[in-house]
Amino acid sequence: MLLLLFAFLISSNSAFQSDELLADDEEFGLEGGRSPDIDLAVPSSPQIASRSYSSPQPTRKRSTDSESDSRVQFVLEHAFGDSSEFSAAGTFTARLKASAHGGQTLTKLRFSRNDLTATEKEKFKKVLETDDYYRIRLPSDVLNAPGRDYVISSLKARCLAKDGLDEHIHIHMEGVNILAVNYGSSGACQYPRQLKLPAKWSFSSHTVLKYSDLAPRTPIFSEDIGSNEIGDDEGIKPMVERSFWAKYWMYLVPLGLIVMNAVTQGMNMPEEQAGGQAGGQTQQAVGAVPRGQGAAVRRR
Amino acid sequence: MGSDGKKREGKTDQPSLEFSDPPPPFSLLIAMAMAIKLSLILLFFSSSLIPTFSLFEDQVGLMDWHQRYIGKVKHAVFHTQKAGWKRVVVSTEENVIASLDLRRGEIFWRHVLGANDVVDKIDIALGKYVITLSSEGSILRAWNLPDGQMVWESFLSGSMSSKALLTVPANLKVDLDSPIFVYSGACIHAISSIDGEYLWKKDFASEGSVDVHQLILPGGSDVVHAVGVTDSSQFDTYEIHVKNGGLLKHTSASFPGGIYGEILPISGDRFVVLDASRSVLVLITIENGQIHLEQTHISDLIHGSSGNTVILPSKLSGIFSLRTDNGIVFIKVTGEGKLNVMERVDKTVVISDALPHSEGEQAFALVQHGDGKIELSVRLVHDMSSNHLKETVKMDHERGFVHKIFINNYVRTDRSHGFRALIVMEDHSLLLLQQGEIVWTRDDGLASVIDVATSELPVEKIGVSVAKVEHSLFEWLKGHILKLKGTLMLATPDEVAAIQKIRLQSSEKSKMTRDHNGFRRLLILLTRAGKLYALHTGDGRIVWSTLLQSLRTTSQQCAGLKLHQWQVPHHHALDNNPSVLVVGRCGLSLSSPSALSIVDAYTGKELQNMGPVQHSTVQVISLPFRDSSEQQLHLLIDADKRAHLYPTTPEAANIFQRESENVYWYSVESEAGILRGYGVKKSHSSDTPPSEYCFETRNLWSVVFPSESEKIIATVTRKPNEVVHTQAKMIADEDVMYKYISKNMLFVATVSPKASGPIGSATPDESVLVVYLVDTVTGRILHRMTHLGSQGPVHAVLSENWVVYHYFNLRAHRYEMSVLEIYDQSRAENKDVLKLIVGKHNLTTPVSSYSRPEVTTKSQSYFFTHSVKAISVTSTAKGITSKHLLIGTIGDQVLALDKRFVDPRRSLNPTQAEKEEGLLPLTDALPIIPQSYVTHSFKVEGLRGIETVPAKLESTSLVFAYGVDLFYTRIAPSRTYDSLTEDFNYALLLLTILALVVAIFVTWVLSERKDLQDKWR
Repeated sequence: MLLLLFAFLISSNSAFQSDELLADDEEFGLEGGRSPDIDLAVPSSPQIASRSYSSPQPTRKRSTDSESDSRVQFVLEHAFGDSSEFSAAGTFTARLKASAHGGQTLTKLRFSRNDLTATEKEKFKKVLETDDYYRIRLPSDVLNAPGRDYVISSLKARCLAKDGLDEHIHIHMEGVNILAVNYGSSGACQYPRQLKLPAKWSFSSHTVLKYSDLAPRTPIFSEDIGSNEIGDDEGIKPMVERSFWAKYWMYLVPLGLIVMNAVTQGMNMPEEQAGGQAGGQTQQAVGAVPRGQGAAVRRR
Repeated sequence: MGSDGKKREGKTDQPSLEFSDPPPPFSLLIAMAMAIKLSLILLFFSSSLIPTFSLFEDQVGLMDWHQRYIGKVKHAVFHTQKAGWKRVVVSTEENVIASLDLRRGEIFWRHVLGANDVVDKIDIALGKYVITLSSEGSILRAWNLPDGQMVWESFLSGSMSSKALLTVPANLKVDLDSPIFVYSGACIHAISSIDGEYLWKKDFASEGSVDVHQLILPGGSDVVHAVGVTDSSQFDTYEIHVKNGGLLKHTSASFPGGIYGEILPISGDRFVVLDASRSVLVLITIENGQIHLEQTHISDLIHGSSGNTVILPSKLSGIFSLRTDNGIVFIKVTGEGKLNVMERVDKTVVISDALPHSEGEQAFALVQHGDGKIELSVRLVHDMSSNHLKETVKMDHERGFVHKIFINNYVRTDRSHGFRALIVMEDHSLLLLQQGEIVWTRDDGLASVIDVATSELPVEKIGVSVAKVEHSLFEWLKGHILKLKGTLMLATPDEVAAIQKIRLQSSEKSKMTRDHNGFRRLLILLTRAGKLYALHTGDGRIVWSTLLQSLRTTSQQCAGLKLHQWQVPHHHALDNNPSVLVVGRCGLSLSSPSALSIVDAYTGKELQNMGPVQHSTVQVISLPFRDSSEQQLHLLIDADKRAHLYPTTPEAANIFQRESENVYWYSVESEAGILRGYGVKKSHSSDTPPSEYCFETRNLWSVVFPSESEKIIATVTRKPNEVVHTQAKMIADEDVMYKYISKNMLFVATVSPKASGPIGSATPDESVLVVYLVDTVTGRILHRMTHLGSQGPVHAVLSENWVVYHYFNLRAHRYEMSVLEIYDQSRAENKDVLKLIVGKHNLTTPVSSYSRPEVTTKSQSYFFTHSVKAISVTSTAKGITSKHLLIGTIGDQVLALDKRFVDPRRSLNPTQAEKEEGLLPLTDALPIIPQSYVTHSFKVEGLRGIETVPAKLESTSLVFAYGVDLFYTRIAPSRTYDSLTEDFNYALLLLTILALVVAIFVTWVLSERKDLQDKWR
């Protein structure tokens, strides 16, 4: 069975176009290559991505009946603009996999988009012209659709229309429940959106299954490290010193200035006496004690 | 500065964490602009600062205030027998028991019981203990009357839930135990009032499902009478021995009509009750161990009365009062069991219990509400015809009707009997009336604040009289000379006291005008009673208060819900006063009609009163649009998901129509576990909306949480008025990270349904906490993270690009705080300076929620010792100042925690570059520095919320914490780097400069002289 699977994977991989992201590819391969036993040990992989191109034939269903029981299908439905009538737009197929906690998760999701019919194209054009929403929905429970409610996502149709219709579907899963679906296009989509009709009326779909990340664990240190980190002995001492400064800076600063003045005066005096020159200006002499002496020497 | 020689508040020997503040840009600029010498001084100055921002002891009350309240009084027991302190013990709807001074209304002592420890009954036993029965009669406590210390506490376990009754015998001397009788949990308990010891218990669950209504101790006998009803069709009386709880006698009589309400005792062996149809009065008489029932049709007694009859619970011996649609009727029960109508009074009259007066006489009080006054009359029970005492008291309109009255008597100086009455008003305020005057009032409505808004004060009018200026100049000089003396330690103790007084009452801070720093504001508080208060931030006084008329429609019970800024004049409507919008709901269900009113923030006048409007209100959205008169546009979403636009003017409708395409909102359906996003429907559908200000909406996205594994317990958004200074964040190695800043970010926390109960109800394996960051425009889940083995309650705060949340970790058995920061990767390429110069960057491109976000998140968890009641964050005018988290701890205090402690980038051994950035070494727990309690020595009892408002001064943030108490202060998370402190000594600075100038001149003259001498040599 594994071999079969593998073979199938390879074949499906080879059917893909080459612009597939390498990272996704690797993960995909890993998923497929893993034995179920190892899968049991890993609760959930953060991201399983798959990609399929538009208009694979609906008839291309799995022929291997042996695993049909573990395979699920659910329908993507869409609606145009204000109308709340959803119609089928494509089918997701995936495989159920037992997870470590006894629940089930989906793997190997693939998506086949139906071609837009003529009326749908008309509707889409209208939505583009009025800058309205293109809405999609998925059942919230994969096994017994539609579950409690549909998860809905919508996008301004003009964001979708680039060269082709480029869609990114991120499905947030929790077990077999679909939590949310995020529908978007690639790239930016700023508010004054220009009307642009797509060159070709076919979707290129990118689908990603997303699971929850695990939160990083709280670091646990032994008590003494923690207290050492906090309470170094510089904790109190500088505070005392600082509060002294904080209190008396207004006295100390002028005192310092006066002392500085006096010192420079004192420095100037011997120089002036020796040189007999006026011009013992304060600023000049502040940092120039050795130079002043040197100058005095030269003058002699 | 200048506050030398003072003790530090809350001084401990605990070492505080040492780190220096990053230089805020302001001081940096100043430093660069100034001369080198000056910058050296500045450097000294800033390095001498202490990082924690504690206060000195004498600074308490300078910029903070604290007010203590108790809430709406439910029961009151007077204690005035002995000389000395006259006091009244009250229990309130905020679960407070308090002892108040009867002379001035001050609180002697007060205890706030927990939120789910509702006080059922209070009484005084043995003349020295206050007995409280709480938590549906399961906890009985005794408090020492003089000082409020708890004396004993007993837990009463019952077999099933029932009503709680408490009977304290007045003068029963059975034995030394002096028992108290409690009926709760379908059992009668006898408990010793001396030490709370359990004496005996009589279980009524075995006697059939009897529901005891009254517990009576006839004076002089040692039998407890319990009167109850079984299946609402049979009266039962039990006689139980006081000493051992043995059942002496049980009689019953069936009454097929069923009963409505409570059995009311008339005298020792007579009771009255209404039948189920509320049209027949049943008088129950117990005679020789037999129950006699006598039925009287109310229509025979009172002509023309209809349904809605209620027996009022006031206990007046021999008399009872009946309220019908037309008014209140007093009915006397004669000795032969006849009912005589005595008097009719108006429906709004409030009646007190009877009070034993003198010589077996009993008195009670009635209060009647007149126009701008209330009439208090005291009557004697046996002589209803005349008023024993009648007083008229002027009453403020804004206090509404009288809700409750309690009376007490005292002996006047001329040996006659006087009465005082404690009345509870519609706005939950408490007043004491005596001798026709209001002795004191307490605005206890402020104990139940629902929502807070702030308003600027009016701009100061130019034109001040010369005399005032001269006076203030003189005062100013005098004050500074005094301060100078204080600084130079020359002041006498009297002068020190004078300095302290000047500081505390600096008239500046309580002025009614706008100040330069934006410290003076009006805090507008909406209370549960439907009253709006405006408090001045300077000293906390009530500037105005309004009982909202729109919430007072008599037909329904309306309650205020939300407070929103309606009009904040900025540019072209400056002569208008700012106003606030109050949204209320009339009725209990979500779909009940809403009440709106717009209130002037300066005067408290109700400008517009939109009584009960047609639609309901589930959600209020302040749109970021204003009309020409600066009125903020609001969308009110009703239960049918229709959007109603306010103000209802064509101009507003125009503005909204233009922008409606870009208006989105979301709803959280906690019960169903669904988030939904909505937009406004573009075209009017066939079923036209009722008016042009009502818009149809459509569902744009939904997130469905699986009901078997996740339950929404907390959702938090950013404050709409938050200002972010810069999107870029400089990190070590001169690298830049771009914060993902979106106004539309929603934080959602879910737990597994099993773990949604209290801590300990689920095992670590069963409880999972999942947190989400959701974009509310597209419904995109930006980040999703699972905390295994953790559970709520979750308290969270979302600000800028980070969210901090608090939860319980079951595996570590400790509370944790986690931080989640989200960064925008799509802008991360803009590091190249060359690209920036050439213009190849996307910094100026607008951000759209429909663009695919490329985000990364960083997260870290820390242990935190306390459980938390509320979390908030400081906000400043420009968002430059670093932030502090404000954590309302379980001890009802507010702790300021530097955001840098909850930084996800903290590492065990930070590099030199990271240290320079201000990154702290990683620790497993967050430190609680005693000096960083914002509330210092105060407690904000029953803390419910912390509100922060930016001041105009960038460094400062105004903090208002509310619960049963109110507390206000202002804090500066990075110190006040942009201003000198208020008590800065300008005089000393001037003096120093003067001395320096003189010194320069003297030295200059000296040196000139020396030069001259040298030249002459």
